[in-house]
Amino acid sequence: MSEVALERPQPIANETPDELNFLTPQQLAWRRFKRHRLALISAVILIVMYLVTGFAEFFAPYATTSRNVGAINAPPMNVRFFEHDGTFHIRPFVYGYDLHINEQTWAREYSENPEKIYPLRFFARGEAYELWNLFDGDIHFFIAENDGGEGYIHFLGTDQLGRDVFSRVIYGGRISLSIGMLGIGLTLFLGVLFGGFAGYLGGWIDRIVQRMIEVLQSLPTLPLWMALTAALPAHWSSLRIYFGVTIILSLFGWTALARQVRGRFLALRNEDFVIAARLIGSGQNRIIFKHMMPSFLSHTITTATLAVPGVILGETALSFLGIGIRPPIVSWGVLMEQAQNYQVISMTPWILYPGLFVVIAVMAFNILGDGLRDAADPYNMGGQ
Amino acid sequence: MMSDNILEIRNLGVRFRTDTGITNALNDVNFDVPRGKVTAIVGESGSGKSVTANCIMRLLQPPGEIVTGSIQFNPSRTESFDVVAIGERDPRIYDLHGGLISMVFQEPMTALSPVYRVGNQVAEAILCHRDVSKDAAMVEAHDMLRRVGIPDIDTRIQMYPFEFSGGMRQRVVIAMALVCNPEVLICDEPTTALDVTIQAEILTLIKDLQEELSNSIIFITHDIGIVAQIADYVVVMYQGRVLEIGTVRQVLKDPLHPYTKGLLAAIPGNVPKNVRLSTIATAVGDADITTPFPLKEVGEGRLVSLP
Amino acid sequence: MLHYVIKRMGTMVLTLAFISVIVFVVIQLPPGDIVTSTLERMEASGMQASDEYVQNLRARYNLDKPLFLQYLNWIFNFVQGDLGYSYIYSKPVNELVWERLGYTLLITISAVIFTWVVAVPFGIYSAVRQYSIGDYFITVVALVGLATPNFLLALLVMFFAWEWFGISIGGLYSMEFRDQPFSIPKLFDLLSRLWIPGSVVGMGGTAVTMRILRANLLDELNKPYVVTARAKGVKPIKLIFKYPLRIAINPFISTLGLLLPTLISGEAIVSMVLNLPTTGRMLLQALLAQDMYLAGSFLMLLAILTVVGMLISDLVLAWSDPRIRYE
Repeated sequence: MSEVALERPQPIANETPDELNFLTPQQLAWRRFKRHRLALISAVILIVMYLVTGFAEFFAPYATTSRNVGAINAPPMNVRFFEHDGTFHIRPFVYGYDLHINEQTWAREYSENPEKIYPLRFFARGEAYELWNLFDGDIHFFIAENDGGEGYIHFLGTDQLGRDVFSRVIYGGRISLSIGMLGIGLTLFLGVLFGGFAGYLGGWIDRIVQRMIEVLQSLPTLPLWMALTAALPAHWSSLRIYFGVTIILSLFGWTALARQVRGRFLALRNEDFVIAARLIGSGQNRIIFKHMMPSFLSHTITTATLAVPGVILGETALSFLGIGIRPPIVSWGVLMEQAQNYQVISMTPWILYPGLFVVIAVMAFNILGDGLRDAADPYNMGGQ
Repeated sequence: MMSDNILEIRNLGVRFRTDTGITNALNDVNFDVPRGKVTAIVGESGSGKSVTANCIMRLLQPPGEIVTGSIQFNPSRTESFDVVAIGERDPRIYDLHGGLISMVFQEPMTALSPVYRVGNQVAEAILCHRDVSKDAAMVEAHDMLRRVGIPDIDTRIQMYPFEFSGGMRQRVVIAMALVCNPEVLICDEPTTALDVTIQAEILTLIKDLQEELSNSIIFITHDIGIVAQIADYVVVMYQGRVLEIGTVRQVLKDPLHPYTKGLLAAIPGNVPKNVRLSTIATAVGDADITTPFPLKEVGEGRLVSLP
Repeated sequence: MLHYVIKRMGTMVLTLAFISVIVFVVIQLPPGDIVTSTLERMEASGMQASDEYVQNLRARYNLDKPLFLQYLNWIFNFVQGDLGYSYIYSKPVNELVWERLGYTLLITISAVIFTWVVAVPFGIYSAVRQYSIGDYFITVVALVGLATPNFLLALLVMFFAWEWFGISIGGLYSMEFRDQPFSIPKLFDLLSRLWIPGSVVGMGGTAVTMRILRANLLDELNKPYVVTARAKGVKPIKLIFKYPLRIAINPFISTLGLLLPTLISGEAIVSMVLNLPTTGRMLLQALLAQDMYLAGSFLMLLAILTVVGMLISDLVLAWSDPRIRYE
């Protein structure tokens, strides 16, 4: 007889079934999510991004408006451990700039000056700031300073006013990322409100909401966003504009979520376990919150996560056009507004760095959303 | 001389490799399919019935793979060959698919593509195997649909599957399977998804067509009632192994393996009134049904997996 | 089918009616109107406007009537083809919008074509060869494409075309054709340059649709009807195209419809970066200057473009999927 016959037939998924029985749905979801390694990495990236931009005052070496007039349109610096002659420093350092004017083009050109060695100092005193407009401080995560107290660091170069691109990217991220969160909060609220009403009440309310969703989904959003943000009064403060833009971005973004919540509500209303709950006399609230909510909450969170990129990209596009966030507040879009044509980009390509962060953040949200969706699906028990 | 068995399955082993581990779906499966008869494969879900059928058709998909054994196929139209041994791109695979062996599946609701008309889907089976014109194929499809009992064919043939009821769809699937007059027809629980009354109609249809076309049938089911009604021979499977083989009369009247006994004891109607119906597990009791004893011959064509 | 078409057209008209209200509200939103901004200009240059003049001005633009009547007046004229008058250009809107809208349409169509041509083969490959190196590569490219704002992509394309090849890809025509009257060579020149904005605008959508097609196709690949078709002897390549793909393409068609608003949005901003003579730049100008008829016409026409596009995609879907047309 063959060798295979010696092995006992095993049930599918050898050891897991018993173990699986003891896990709550949340634990199961977490298990599935952990297997999605890219999503896990994305979550870490996003947490780091939110932390760094949340404490922008601490992490950014300079304020958004600080200018280094000696370094206008200067290129990114390299962080080094070795000097040009090979001397090793345990403390990383940067070389200061040397400025030349190109005689033909009259353009500013920078080169590294090996004489100017600015070592990086961590948790050192630098520019004074007010964290969240509440706490005074001057400790920065890092600055570059030699013993004589002079030095500067421009990781990602400077812009045409000599402002540090790296610091501005961090501050810009605070706005762009928080608009993503705030916008999605509003979107979630509107989506669950409209979707929930439509799905739960049904009838003519449902029909009206459905029509509304259809209309909103067939509108080209950017032109309408443009129209609405252009309508924000010019005399408003940057902060009010910030909230205005957030509201405008959510105004058209809730439809997908509402459609999903509605669909779930409708489906769940006739689900056996909901009917069973009703038949054993559970109250309305108990049915909604205890039985229905958990089974669509995960999907809602997933959809919300996947909708964040739309808000971030929307803000970026509007600010890039000059009708979104207005200076002095900076966002990633505002930072890229300078890059309107290829002559500018060709001279100072580093002003496109904010774009790189937009791409990373959006990608992280998309991958995280995919991972959450897979994890939230209770029928996805593993095995590809 | 030609063998009496159209299929001879020897030492067939199949495993599935997934991230949770390797599962041996079939272990050392041995049985014959006699020519021109109905052979039923009986067993509960997960016993390997459908996997066996997919191996015969070479329809097994990764992560499943055949690891051992052979399936000797002895058709009357062409030369015998081992189905397991032929390559992935061997043209004989396409002769096999629908030409020499056909299959009727469990789910008539989803077994037809919703975007093509019924007639086209039946005619396509002909066009895959024979060099005839589309019109000629349609004529044959029309004829076959009539034989499986589709009423009002001239309009029905132009309809889409979703305009058909489940029973009607299963008739279409049967027509599609038989239109090239295959030597073996594999029915994989063809009536499970249907109403009881429709079930009986479809069974009668399969039986009648078998008598008419005298092809061999492998009938996969978990319903002993259907076995009694349609089969000549029975193969009992459990956890990827064959436990017992015999004629339908032998197996149902005189089961030898404790699992088969348990299976029969769990059928309503086999026990006196007012006696509680036992489950297979309680009927099997302490008997050892998991140790893979090799099949031993206890009579002509009567085999059982016992020590 | 006819029944479906009529029903669908009815919905479209209703949708457009709703949209016209939204558009009208939106262009009315900014505080002040053309008269107040005219007066501000006059005052700035030291002129005084009499009350009578102001009233005449308001009457001329119907601004003295209630909003509801203003709306009716606007939409009634709009339907009859009178799009109103642009204050900033001092020209009827009709003379300004159509050529620009035509180019917008042209670029959007090339973006749709780009989406199809790229998303279909790569989506199929990705699904059929799931978890292969090619699949991973395509997935990564799609994720990056999806995350890149299209104006950034336009900037990068322009930058690299300039840096590497020394060519300027702004504008729809090459230098030598810019001021030429329309001719066949000019048309070819246009077509040879069209793929750049087309691909930039279509990039994000291509990534989305590719992922959707991959997911749909993966869902379909192991459906019973595919196994049935295989069991009756259909050969592999034909099997994939005729069975799972044929079904997977249906949600794909409706996705393309839903994508139109995104494409038209993308076109507006990309054309600004690439300096294309389409609606984007002029719409922005009109919005900033509160040129309400011009802005309103653009918004409305872009919405019509989208809604009609979605109608077409729905009709194609109904033609392709008998389950819909037999409902």
